[in-house]
Amino acid sequence: MSTHPSEDRLATLRGPLAPEPCTARGITALTANPGCSRRAVLDAAGIDKATLAARLGRPARFGQSPFALARGRAFEALVKANGYAELIALVREKLGVPVEEAAVADLNEVGGSASPALRARETGHLLDRLAAGAEERLLLDHPVVPLEVAGRTALLEPDAVTHRVDGRFHVVEIKSFAVIDGRADPAKTAEAAKQAAVYVIALRRLLESLGHDPALVATEFLLVCPEDFSQRPVLARIDVRQEIEAIGFQLSRLRRADDLARALPADATLDLSLRSDGTPARTDAELAAGVGALESHYTPDCMGYCDLARHCRAEAVEQARPECLGGRVRDDLPGIDSTRTALRLIDTPGDGETLDPGHAEVVERLRAAARLYDSRRRPPGPRLPTASSETSPDAPAGRSAG
Amino acid sequence: MSLLTTVAALRAAETGTAQPLTTVRHAHIDDHPVVLIPLTLAGEACAPLAAMVGTDRDRPVLLTVPQPRDRTLRFRFAEELADILLPLIDGCRTESETYEAGRPKEERTRWTRAPQILVPNPGGIEFIRLLGRSTRLRRTDGPHAVAPTVPLLGNWLTWFADRTDFPGSGLLLAMTRLLTDHWATGWSPGENAHLPSLLAWIDPPPGRTGAEAALLAEDPAEHPPAGPTTDPVFDRTLHELTAARDAAPDDRARAAVDRTIADELRSQLAPTWELMWRGIDLLRALPPAARVPGRRAVDRTVFTHYTTYLEEDGRPRARRDHAASAARRLAQLEDAVARYESERAFDDPLVMARYELTGEAFTGTVVDRDPDRMVENGRAGLFRPALTVRVDTRPLLAVGTTVRCAGRDGLKAEILDRREAAGAGWEIDLQLTGGLGRVRKPPAPEGVIPDLGEELCWTTLGGYMTPAPLPAEEDTPWTHGGPPQPYEPTPDDAEESWE
Repeated sequence: MSTHPSEDRLATLRGPLAPEPCTARGITALTANPGCSRRAVLDAAGIDKATLAARLGRPARFGQSPFALARGRAFEALVKANGYAELIALVREKLGVPVEEAAVADLNEVGGSASPALRARETGHLLDRLAAGAEERLLLDHPVVPLEVAGRTALLEPDAVTHRVDGRFHVVEIKSFAVIDGRADPAKTAEAAKQAAVYVIALRRLLESLGHDPALVATEFLLVCPEDFSQRPVLARIDVRQEIEAIGFQLSRLRRADDLARALPADATLDLSLRSDGTPARTDAELAAGVGALESHYTPDCMGYCDLARHCRAEAVEQARPECLGGRVRDDLPGIDSTRTALRLIDTPGDGETLDPGHAEVVERLRAAARLYDSRRRPPGPRLPTASSETSPDAPAGRSAG
Repeated sequence: MSLLTTVAALRAAETGTAQPLTTVRHAHIDDHPVVLIPLTLAGEACAPLAAMVGTDRDRPVLLTVPQPRDRTLRFRFAEELADILLPLIDGCRTESETYEAGRPKEERTRWTRAPQILVPNPGGIEFIRLLGRSTRLRRTDGPHAVAPTVPLLGNWLTWFADRTDFPGSGLLLAMTRLLTDHWATGWSPGENAHLPSLLAWIDPPPGRTGAEAALLAEDPAEHPPAGPTTDPVFDRTLHELTAARDAAPDDRARAAVDRTIADELRSQLAPTWELMWRGIDLLRALPPAARVPGRRAVDRTVFTHYTTYLEEDGRPRARRDHAASAARRLAQLEDAVARYESERAFDDPLVMARYELTGEAFTGTVVDRDPDRMVENGRAGLFRPALTVRVDTRPLLAVGTTVRCAGRDGLKAEILDRREAAGAGWEIDLQLTGGLGRVRKPPAPEGVIPDLGEELCWTTLGGYMTPAPLPAEEDTPWTHGGPPQPYEPTPDDAEESWE
């Protein structure tokens, strides 16, 4: 771990437990909602969010299906079977790389040890020699690359990195979602691209620190997925320049996690450790207070990836925050921070409350919408019977168009 | 979507009760809808795990794939599904009717019924699309032969999944979309995709608000997800069972495990089955909109076309569409979207209100009328009865705009003037330019010209054009790849692995 000054404050918050390791998925989640101070501090301090959510009474309902895990493992094994035969064939055929032999560096273990720190050191040495041209490898299998995130060093593990494609390093991601008739699930592809971008950033920084040109790492990555309904791998080359820009920017903002943590009250805690007798060191109420002191930025999207989302949602519902109703409603209520306020403004026109001139237009439009909504939701009384009510329902659809 | 939807959502959040977004039902709900709830194996592209299907609420049929990785069992599932769906589709072809269409008009025949499949959510539609894709190109002879019903099922499922993209089509519908089209909840769209919570909002159990019930309905142990993805916790149970099945020493032991698997799957599907029918009840309780039967007639027409195609040609749709058919489909889609939007507004004042809010429609009371008005035009003059209507909100439509009257089919007018009224509100002068029948001079047919005091809504909607016809297939220009070659499934397609 690095000895960043913020580590102290964050370590105090965490208590005696070892910090949770940072993963690429965690980093992309962090950048999905960059405005969330709560998540920034929890991640920077390495708090186990799933356990925290359970202690707060709203456990996360994520879980990996054993079938999905098995399928993912089976596909990766298939791609790598027989000395990476499938992967090498793909690289040779699709990218036109002349590959004679599979020069693969297996970085899953170093000297029989799976310690990430050791593997990271070995990866660094190897990349240094490769970048200098002193050695040739086709593939690095599961290299470990460090990346400083919010004052902490995360050790990241891309599925593979290949050297030799256009003379640059390319990140390889092996995913088990299918590409059907040339199309994959856009959300899953986007997530894979974001993760790859994190790896590219980490590799570039590593090369730079070793005194090499960071541009040796390509801004494209190689996505390997099963094709159609089979297990046959297919390779796509995807440009992640945009993702690199976006994630690089968010990573630079994350350095502020220590500032956010320092602003917490002195007695705030996020300590999830247990005493020797198995009872929690801190009460749930203390934890709730600690979490509560961190400002959250809940959006319904959080429910898709953040362990703490159900806690934050309950809080947001309590405060009647417009975000709870989705981005659309929130955008319709600019500058209004609660749905209760919005309804009061709508339903009590002219109650003497002076409207913020910035709100006046929004409120006027909302009032017009509410008037219409209320008057049209039931058939209005005075409307005279018209010929239309007698017309046959079988009348051709477009008649009214005249 | 509109600010009116936002107001409805705000009210829903405040009261804890779902709020209506329409006054009528804009979708056709068949007398005998086929309810289909598919489940798939997590992590796979399209590995059917189970389905609950049927047209009778009290007699759901459960199909299971006890080992979803087994290719033979998958095709058996497809066969079993075909054995249920194909007769139901065929059952719609008992009576036919004639109708007039085309230019010049000619008499055509179509079936009086069309099938309707209801799935819980858009994921169910995607499953149908993928199952169609993975079965329609199979061969019924040769080394990887499948039952003849399997590619036929694939053709049908592909067709259903294709038609569901057309707004207003009632052939394949997702329950969550149907419900969110008609009600606003106090939750976000993403959360509304969870059928148990959505129904809890709309129809909570006694003693609870919708908001409370929706939260409780999030617990996957009590309310299993409506598929096609299963609950990961359930998957652990299932994983143990499939492992036990693989390890079973003989057929008898395997059959015993299969029964346990079927029971487990039924426990996951039965709650959703009940929810689907409750959703159907809620939708049926809404009065149907006036133009629903017209749109259903379109469904019946395209259904008739497709049955004819299958009998006369029957080749499966290619893996990818040809440029010409894609262009044709896009034009049809655009037309369907425009028609559907405008038809809904004409049928439903609460939908029309969205256009009133944006100024594309206005509702006013007739305060003055000149039913015998003629304007100078050569010797004969033109018969243009005039109306003055009073409105409450500032009119946004410009002088010279053509508007149509909602509630009076065919009545069309042009805005002549708009001004602030003496007392309050605004006045709009209209001259009627259409919908008067064939008369050229007064009097107009009885009841056509609105009376004093009558409140009517006028809108710019409904002026859509019939899209310009695209060139015939054989005249497809080079920009779209020339005349398309019909797709012949290759042996590759037929042998495509499905693992």
